[in-house]
Amino acid sequence: MRFSLGKFTLPVYAVLAFIYLLIPIVYTFVFSFNNSLKTNLIWRGFTLDKWTNVCQREGVCEALSNSVMIGLISTVVATALGTMIAIALVRYRFKFRSSINLLLFLPMATPEVVLGAGLASQFFNLGVQKGIWTIIIAHIMFCLSFVVVTVKARVASLDPALEEAGRDLYANPRQVFWRITFPLLLPGIASAALLSFALSFDDFIITNFNAGSDMTFPRYVYTAAARGVPAEANVVGCAVFLLAILIVLSTQIRGEVKRRRLAKKH
Amino acid sequence: MAKEFVARGADLELKQIRKEFPGFVAIDNLDLHVPAGQFFALLGPSGCGKTTSLRLVAGLETPTKGKIFIGGKDVTSTKPHERPVNTVFQSYALFPHMSVLENVAFGLRQRKIDNPLVRAKEALNLVQLPHLADRRPQQLSGGQQQRVALARALVNRPSLLLLDEPLGALDLKLRREMQIELKAIQMEVGLTFLHVTHDQEEAMDMADTVAVMNLGHIEQMGAPEALYDRPKTVFVSKFLGQSNLLVGEVTSSSANSISIEVAGNKISVPKARAEKHKGKIAIGFRPEKATFLTKKPASSASTNVIGPGVILDIRFTGTSNQYLIEVPELGNITVFAQNIGQSPVIQLGEQVWISWAIEHSFGLSDLPAKSEKA
Repeated sequence: MRFSLGKFTLPVYAVLAFIYLLIPIVYTFVFSFNNSLKTNLIWRGFTLDKWTNVCQREGVCEALSNSVMIGLISTVVATALGTMIAIALVRYRFKFRSSINLLLFLPMATPEVVLGAGLASQFFNLGVQKGIWTIIIAHIMFCLSFVVVTVKARVASLDPALEEAGRDLYANPRQVFWRITFPLLLPGIASAALLSFALSFDDFIITNFNAGSDMTFPRYVYTAAARGVPAEANVVGCAVFLLAILIVLSTQIRGEVKRRRLAKKH
Repeated sequence: MAKEFVARGADLELKQIRKEFPGFVAIDNLDLHVPAGQFFALLGPSGCGKTTSLRLVAGLETPTKGKIFIGGKDVTSTKPHERPVNTVFQSYALFPHMSVLENVAFGLRQRKIDNPLVRAKEALNLVQLPHLADRRPQQLSGGQQQRVALARALVNRPSLLLLDEPLGALDLKLRREMQIELKAIQMEVGLTFLHVTHDQEEAMDMADTVAVMNLGHIEQMGAPEALYDRPKTVFVSKFLGQSNLLVGEVTSSSANSISIEVAGNKISVPKARAEKHKGKIAIGFRPEKATFLTKKPASSASTNVIGPGVILDIRFTGTSNQYLIEVPELGNITVFAQNIGQSPVIQLGEQVWISWAIEHSFGLSDLPAKSEKA
């Protein structure tokens, strides 16, 4: 008796935990097919219209394209800068190296409201007009730390002898970077970039402080929530979720295929 | 096939090299000349500065002081990629994101040499791995990776090939095989090899010349046979094989030899084989050069005798036995005896005299530290 109880506790607990985690996602997914009118609170029947005509609803696609553009620009800049910082911190000894290591954690540890408000007052003091570019600057700022931490782990695991071998085999410093260091860091850089994009895409607090009148997708949803979130927002949310799942699955499958191919050759 | 790789190696010269790292001096006042086409070994314990010397030659470190010449050209201030030198790294450092063939072709592609893949394949033939060209380095065994690393360096036909303990990670059997192969390849391609190792057997087996390094300087340099036959310092006598050392004041001197007196025994060494002829000196002999006798032998002008001592320990090592003999006032003496007939030839606790030919003695320039008494 005692035995079977123990046997069931774990699976039951696991299922409950997953239900708890998945309820909001399932709700969002289901209501993206709701034939809603102004609000999207009551089920009014199934339709694919919201998926096929996402841009019909005013503001959704403008906000989405703003978010994608901000996400891409901040990701590229933050990843490039962060990778360079990570390499410098691991490979070179210089003054204040350990303090920089420590300071890099500050943006991650500071509450977003504080960061957002602080940055907003700096822009105000300098007389900078708020808009897309102030959002991008803010996003680069908070993505940078995450990139450095992610890429640094990869650099630390890279045998310095590989770069030395490159130098020994007639490659100048630039060639060593592009032919050896960069390809070997690529998995770390890619995951840092994905993380940056995800962080930038769904940031609300810091964005809201530094946005001016420009809409991003999270801001749009937040504003719309007062009147009831339109089903089109659910569609965008689900699409992003599915895209993320797809990316994770495809990398998993690629890794598995590669592993099997290696195992077969042995 | 191998003709492709035949190139005249260049000679290497290090002049007055000093290398400081924060907090310590790795190399001090190092002078070294490696003649072209030689297999040269830098032998020493870890931390003696041998790997640093190698990295200085490769250009991966810059000397604090001194000059480096390769083929008579001053390369001290040139970058690693500008030097006609290639290295086989201790960890092999094969590029994990490239196939074996691409690894070997890397240096050729950098220098824009024609037909890099064809040449890379030839290099893989030389190390007998043409069938693994498409594999990734991670899929190869340690010995195979070692060969690929060798091919990747050799394919560039460098004036000087540097080997940083390249056999250190291999098991004993594979290591012996690779030693033979490496030596054969060196003879075939005729390049200058500078080999860094802490394995004295490996150095003696492969090198034309061995330089024994200790604490950032070269203790002694020469052909392996010469180094073994006549070590000049305590360090060399102990690091290259084993030695029994006896310390005493020089009490008598003849035209050809000098003698010291230890615990009532007169020990002689030919003058030509002694670094110092006066004062307190250390005289050594190799354990395999000595024999032991159960009766005190008649004194002879051509042999040294010490004893009596007592057999303290017998270690069976297969081809020979190692006998540890305690001689009162002299400490422990080691004698090797081949297992030709019965083994062991003598039992524990027996009393013996030890004898060896005077011409097998060697006189050292320094004295052993008190703690490492013979």
